[in-house]
Amino acid sequence: MTPGVLNTLKERLAREVGDASVSHGMLVLVLAPADLLGIVQRLKSELQFDLFLDVTAVDWPGQTPRFEVVYHFYSTAHRVRVRLKTRVPEADPAVESLVPLYGSAHYMERECHDMYGIVFRGNPDLRPILLYEGFVGHPLRKDYPKRQEQPLVPYRS
Amino acid sequence: MTARTIPIPPAPSSAFEYLTTKKDELVGWARKFSLFPYPFVTACCSMEFMAVSSTPYDTDRFGAALPRFSPRQSDLLMVVGTLAHKQAPILRKVYEQMCEPKWVMAFGACATSGGFYQNYAAVAGIDKIIPVDIYVPGCPPRPETVIDGIMKLQDMIARSRHPIFTEEF
Repeated sequence: MTPGVLNTLKERLAREVGDASVSHGMLVLVLAPADLLGIVQRLKSELQFDLFLDVTAVDWPGQTPRFEVVYHFYSTAHRVRVRLKTRVPEADPAVESLVPLYGSAHYMERECHDMYGIVFRGNPDLRPILLYEGFVGHPLRKDYPKRQEQPLVPYRS
Repeated sequence: MTARTIPIPPAPSSAFEYLTTKKDELVGWARKFSLFPYPFVTACCSMEFMAVSSTPYDTDRFGAALPRFSPRQSDLLMVVGTLAHKQAPILRKVYEQMCEPKWVMAFGACATSGGFYQNYAAVAGIDKIIPVDIYVPGCPPRPETVIDGIMKLQDMIARSRHPIFTEEF
């Protein structure tokens, strides 16, 4: 871990995003959905965050905006990670897709769409990847009934 | 699993009954030592399946040695591991492609009851989809448990009726 790079990052980006902090040695940036694509572009081109690790979401029932989309990036040059968080409302849970910047974002965004129903604008193919066609709802949302099954084969009586 | 038999008119003497009983014993003896398993392996129980089918435990001793990777050539369907809802149609198709006589073993807690996966993803027991003859508990089962299961299944095969003439025949 090189704190120097983290400090540079913080200095350069903290002015533009809402909140920046270091949590367990990892820089965490909280930003608005509209700023996402610009910040990621800068992370990739200026600061050499060349590896897209994951995108997932957190469901905070009762809060507004309800969903928090969480991104992780890694820089193989600096060997540091950065986490981006952005909040999207329940009525329109949409963020820009990162497929134009990172091709590997494609499947991860599909999974996140499966599980939380986050819509990634610009992702060319948001078909189910872990779930199956015809599955109703998003199973990792907190309001999905814990034991509700949607069988594909009729059960033997 | 049990094919319907053509009703046989009562024989005038007990000689015919004696003959069919001995025939069942003979066919059962032959069938119980020639179980060709089809491993339907989906999850971590597969490690235990490898252990039980390779040299140290060696299910070959019980005639269940040769895994056939075509359901048409096998007569014991071993469902090893968690069955996801997405895979249920595949399991159903594999089962339907197997020729009679066929038996099904639910290998491990997940195949038996879903185990701790009581959620949107997993089928809570393969017996919701296909009939099961023997359940092997454990997460994963010890090789001894599996061997015990195979031997119990063999006993079951040896004791059951084996009709040769069915309506389809």
